[in-house]
Amino acid sequence: MSTALNMHYIVDGSDFTTAGEASTAVKMSLKKLGIAPDIVRKVAIAMYEAEINMVIHAGGGEADVMLESDKITIRLIDHGKGIPDVDLAMKEGYSTAPDTVRSLGFGAGMGLPNIKKYSDEMYIDTEVGKGTTVTIIINLH
Amino acid sequence: MKISKICQILEAEIVCCKELADAQVYSACGSDMMSDVLAFVKDHGILLTGLVNPQTVRTAMMMDMKGIIFVRGKKPDSSVVSLAEENGIVILTTEYRMYTACGLLYTAGLYTDGSDKV
Repeated sequence: MSTALNMHYIVDGSDFTTAGEASTAVKMSLKKLGIAPDIVRKVAIAMYEAEINMVIHAGGGEADVMLESDKITIRLIDHGKGIPDVDLAMKEGYSTAPDTVRSLGFGAGMGLPNIKKYSDEMYIDTEVGKGTTVTIIINLH
Repeated sequence: MKISKICQILEAEIVCCKELADAQVYSACGSDMMSDVLAFVKDHGILLTGLVNPQTVRTAMMMDMKGIIFVRGKKPDSSVVSLAEENGIVILTTEYRMYTACGLLYTAGLYTDGSDKV
Protein backbone atom coordinates (compact mmCIF):
# COMPACT_ATOMS: atom_id res chain seq x y z
CA MET A 1 0.00 0.00 0.00
CA SER A 2 1.41 3.41 -0.90
CA THR A 3 2.48 5.83 1.79
CA ALA A 4 0.06 8.74 2.10
CA LEU A 5 2.12 10.98 4.35
CA ASN A 6 5.62 10.97 5.81
CA MET A 7 6.85 13.03 8.74
CA HIS A 8 10.50 13.19 9.83
CA TYR A 9 11.89 14.60 13.07
CA ILE A 10 15.29 15.03 14.66
CA VAL A 11 15.05 14.31 18.40
CA ASP A 12 17.46 16.49 20.37
CA GLY A 13 19.04 14.44 23.12
CA SER A 14 20.75 17.30 24.91
CA ASP A 15 17.75 18.80 26.70
CA PHE A 16 15.25 16.66 28.55
CA THR A 17 12.82 19.55 28.90
CA THR A 18 12.24 19.63 25.13
CA ALA A 19 11.70 15.86 24.84
CA GLY A 20 8.27 15.18 23.41
CA GLU A 21 8.25 17.98 20.82
CA ALA A 22 8.15 15.50 17.93
CA SER A 23 5.28 13.53 19.52
CA THR A 24 3.39 16.76 20.13
CA ALA A 25 3.82 17.79 16.49
CA VAL A 26 2.65 14.38 15.27
CA LYS A 27 -0.39 14.47 17.53
CA MET A 28 -1.39 17.88 16.19
CA SER A 29 -0.88 16.81 12.57
CA LEU A 30 -2.98 13.67 12.99
CA LYS A 31 -5.76 15.65 14.69
CA LYS A 32 -5.79 18.12 11.80
CA LEU A 33 -6.04 15.23 9.36
CA GLY A 34 -9.17 14.03 11.13
CA ILE A 35 -7.75 10.76 12.50
CA ALA A 36 -9.98 9.30 15.23
CA PRO A 37 -9.14 10.68 18.72
CA ASP A 38 -8.50 7.24 20.27
CA ILE A 39 -6.00 6.43 17.52
CA VAL A 40 -4.33 9.82 17.87
CA ARG A 41 -3.96 9.26 21.60
CA LYS A 42 -2.42 5.80 21.13
CA VAL A 43 0.08 7.18 18.61
CA ALA A 44 0.91 10.16 20.83
CA ILE A 45 1.50 8.12 23.98
CA ALA A 46 3.51 5.34 22.32
CA MET A 47 5.69 7.80 20.42
CA TYR A 48 6.11 10.08 23.46
CA GLU A 49 7.39 7.21 25.60
CA ALA A 50 9.77 6.13 22.82
CA GLU A 51 10.98 9.69 22.35
CA ILE A 52 11.60 10.07 26.09
CA ASN A 53 13.53 6.77 26.07
CA MET A 54 15.62 7.98 23.16
CA VAL A 55 16.57 11.15 25.03
CA ILE A 56 17.25 9.38 28.34
CA HIS A 57 19.25 6.44 27.02
CA ALA A 58 20.64 7.30 23.60
CA GLY A 59 21.28 11.04 23.44
CA GLY A 60 18.56 11.58 20.85
CA GLY A 61 18.06 10.29 17.34
CA GLU A 62 15.56 10.44 14.52
CA ALA A 63 11.87 9.62 14.20
CA ASP A 64 9.86 8.84 11.09
CA VAL A 65 6.10 8.63 11.01
CA MET A 66 4.36 7.06 8.00
CA LEU A 67 0.63 7.40 7.59
CA GLU A 68 -1.04 4.92 5.27
CA SER A 69 -4.67 4.16 4.58
CA ASP A 70 -4.78 1.30 7.09
CA LYS A 71 -2.06 2.02 9.65
CA ILE A 72 0.43 4.43 11.15
CA THR A 73 4.05 3.31 11.44
CA ILE A 74 6.45 5.12 13.77
CA ARG A 75 10.14 4.30 13.53
CA LEU A 76 12.61 5.72 16.04
CA ILE A 77 16.28 5.24 15.27
CA ASP A 78 19.12 6.02 17.65
CA HIS A 79 22.83 5.34 17.73
CA GLY A 80 23.10 4.94 21.48
CA LYS A 81 24.44 2.12 23.60
CA GLY A 82 21.77 -0.43 22.63
CA ILE A 83 19.74 -2.76 24.89
CA PRO A 84 21.70 -5.78 26.21
CA ASP A 85 18.61 -7.78 27.29
CA VAL A 86 15.37 -6.83 25.53
CA ASP A 87 13.22 -9.30 27.51
CA LEU A 88 14.43 -7.77 30.76
CA ALA A 89 13.93 -4.24 29.43
CA MET A 90 10.32 -5.11 28.57
CA LYS A 91 9.49 -5.99 32.18
CA GLU A 92 7.42 -3.40 34.04
CA GLY A 93 9.54 -1.74 36.70
CA TYR A 94 12.95 -2.62 35.23
CA SER A 95 14.94 0.51 34.53
CA THR A 96 18.52 1.58 33.99
CA ALA A 97 17.64 5.27 34.06
CA PRO A 98 19.58 7.45 36.53
CA ASP A 99 17.90 8.99 39.59
CA THR A 100 18.02 12.40 37.92
CA VAL A 101 15.55 11.12 35.32
CA ARG A 102 13.29 9.62 37.99
CA SER A 103 13.14 13.00 39.69
CA LEU A 104 11.72 14.32 36.41
CA GLY A 105 8.84 11.84 36.42
CA PHE A 106 10.21 9.11 34.17
CA GLY A 107 12.60 6.16 34.44
CA ALA A 108 10.21 3.93 36.41
CA GLY A 109 10.58 1.06 33.98
CA MET A 110 7.26 1.70 32.25
CA GLY A 111 8.48 3.10 28.94
CA LEU A 112 8.77 0.00 26.76
CA PRO A 113 5.78 -1.77 28.39
CA ASN A 114 3.71 1.37 27.77
CA ILE A 115 4.76 1.47 24.11
CA LYS A 116 3.71 -2.16 23.73
CA LYS A 117 0.42 -1.50 25.52
CA TYR A 118 -0.60 1.30 23.17
CA SER A 119 0.63 -0.24 19.91
CA ASP A 120 -0.80 -3.01 17.75
CA GLU A 121 2.67 -4.21 16.77
CA MET A 122 6.05 -3.33 18.22
CA TYR A 123 9.52 -4.39 17.11
CA ILE A 124 12.89 -3.68 18.71
CA ASP A 125 16.06 -4.08 16.67
CA THR A 126 19.05 -3.40 18.89
CA GLU A 127 22.78 -4.03 19.02
CA VAL A 128 24.94 -3.19 22.01
CA GLY A 129 27.28 -0.33 21.17
CA LYS A 130 25.52 0.47 17.90
CA GLY A 131 22.01 1.61 18.71
CA THR A 132 18.35 0.74 18.67
CA THR A 133 15.47 0.99 16.24
CA VAL A 134 11.98 0.81 17.70
CA THR A 135 9.13 0.29 15.24
CA ILE A 136 5.57 0.93 16.38
CA ILE A 137 2.54 0.09 14.25
CA ILE A 138 -0.95 1.30 15.10
CA ASN A 139 -3.85 0.17 12.94
CA LEU A 140 -6.37 2.73 11.81
CA HIS A 141 -9.31 0.34 11.80
CA MET B 1 -17.18 19.55 37.92
CA LYS B 2 -16.17 22.93 36.58
CA ILE B 3 -12.53 23.90 36.90
CA SER B 4 -13.67 27.06 38.66
CA LYS B 5 -15.33 24.87 41.31
CA ILE B 6 -12.11 22.87 41.73
CA CYS B 7 -10.29 26.14 42.17
CA GLN B 8 -12.72 27.15 44.91
CA ILE B 9 -12.49 23.81 46.76
CA LEU B 10 -8.68 23.76 46.72
CA GLU B 11 -8.36 27.52 47.40
CA ALA B 12 -6.23 27.46 44.28
CA GLU B 13 -4.86 30.15 42.02
CA ILE B 14 -5.36 29.91 38.26
CA VAL B 15 -1.97 30.50 36.69
CA CYS B 16 -2.96 30.32 33.02
CA CYS B 17 -5.86 29.75 30.62
CA LYS B 18 -8.34 31.44 32.96
CA GLU B 19 -10.75 31.65 30.03
CA LEU B 20 -11.19 27.87 30.29
CA ALA B 21 -12.24 27.92 33.96
CA ASP B 22 -15.83 27.09 33.02
CA ALA B 23 -14.77 23.85 31.33
CA GLN B 24 -16.10 20.66 32.89
CA VAL B 25 -13.88 17.81 34.02
CA TYR B 26 -15.37 14.46 34.87
CA SER B 27 -12.47 12.70 36.61
CA ALA B 28 -9.04 13.25 38.11
CA CYS B 29 -5.83 11.45 39.01
CA GLY B 30 -2.87 12.20 41.24
CA SER B 31 0.73 11.14 40.54
CA ASP B 32 4.29 12.42 40.44
CA MET B 33 5.33 9.68 38.00
CA MET B 34 4.37 10.63 34.48
CA SER B 35 4.98 7.09 33.19
CA ASP B 36 2.29 5.87 35.58
CA VAL B 37 -0.10 8.53 34.34
CA LEU B 38 0.55 7.40 30.76
CA ALA B 39 0.18 3.73 31.71
CA PHE B 40 -2.83 3.61 33.96
CA VAL B 41 -4.96 6.67 33.39
CA LYS B 42 -7.96 6.69 31.09
CA ASP B 43 -9.91 9.74 30.10
CA HIS B 44 -8.99 11.78 33.12
CA GLY B 45 -9.87 15.39 32.96
CA ILE B 46 -7.32 16.84 35.35
CA LEU B 47 -3.97 15.83 36.86
CA LEU B 48 -2.82 16.55 40.40
CA THR B 49 0.95 16.48 40.78
CA GLY B 50 3.88 17.88 42.69
CA LEU B 51 6.17 17.47 39.70
CA VAL B 52 6.81 20.80 38.02
CA ASN B 53 8.47 20.61 34.61
CA PRO B 54 7.45 20.82 30.95
CA GLN B 55 6.99 17.04 30.76
CA THR B 56 4.05 17.35 33.14
CA VAL B 57 2.33 19.56 30.57
CA ARG B 58 3.29 17.25 27.69
CA THR B 59 1.90 14.26 29.58
CA ALA B 60 -1.38 16.11 30.12
CA MET B 61 -1.45 16.97 26.42
CA MET B 62 -0.87 13.38 25.34
CA MET B 63 -3.72 12.25 27.62
CA ASP B 64 -6.10 14.97 26.36
CA MET B 65 -6.39 16.39 29.87
CA LYS B 66 -7.90 19.80 30.43
CA GLY B 67 -5.72 20.90 33.30
CA ILE B 68 -3.00 20.38 35.89
CA ILE B 69 -3.16 21.15 39.60
CA PHE B 70 0.26 21.67 41.15
CA VAL B 71 0.01 20.70 44.82
CA ARG B 72 2.19 21.52 47.85
CA GLY B 73 2.49 25.14 46.76
CA LYS B 74 4.65 24.28 43.75
CA LYS B 75 4.94 27.15 41.28
CA PRO B 76 5.60 26.48 37.59
CA ASP B 77 8.27 28.52 35.83
CA SER B 78 7.70 30.48 32.63
CA SER B 79 8.61 27.55 30.33
CA VAL B 80 5.90 25.40 31.90
CA VAL B 81 3.31 28.17 31.81
CA SER B 82 4.09 29.07 28.19
CA LEU B 83 3.76 25.46 27.03
CA ALA B 84 0.44 25.12 28.87
CA GLU B 85 -0.87 28.39 27.44
CA GLU B 86 0.09 27.41 23.89
CA ASN B 87 -1.82 24.16 24.25
CA GLY B 88 -4.86 25.26 26.23
CA ILE B 89 -4.01 23.41 29.44
CA VAL B 90 -5.32 25.17 32.55
CA ILE B 91 -2.80 25.35 35.42
CA LEU B 92 -3.86 25.69 39.04
CA THR B 93 -1.65 25.89 42.13
CA THR B 94 -2.77 24.98 45.62
CA GLU B 95 -1.07 24.96 48.98
CA TYR B 96 -2.74 21.65 49.87
CA ARG B 97 -0.67 18.48 49.85
CA MET B 98 -1.44 15.76 47.33
CA TYR B 99 -3.35 13.47 49.71
CA THR B 100 -5.54 16.25 51.04
CA ALA B 101 -6.16 17.82 47.64
CA CYS B 102 -7.25 14.46 46.17
CA GLY B 103 -9.44 13.81 49.22
CA LEU B 104 -11.16 17.18 49.01
CA LEU B 105 -12.00 16.70 45.33
CA TYR B 106 -13.12 13.10 45.80
CA THR B 107 -15.36 14.07 48.69
CA ALA B 108 -16.86 16.81 46.54
CA GLY B 109 -17.80 14.25 43.87
CA LEU B 110 -14.88 14.29 41.45
CA TYR B 111 -13.99 10.62 41.07
CA THR B 112 -11.69 8.56 38.85
CA ASP B 113 -12.88 7.10 35.55
CA GLY B 114 -14.04 3.88 37.17
CA SER B 115 -10.69 2.11 36.99
CA ASP B 116 -9.72 2.58 40.64
CA LYS B 117 -7.72 -0.63 40.57
CA VAL B 118 -5.02 -1.43 38.05
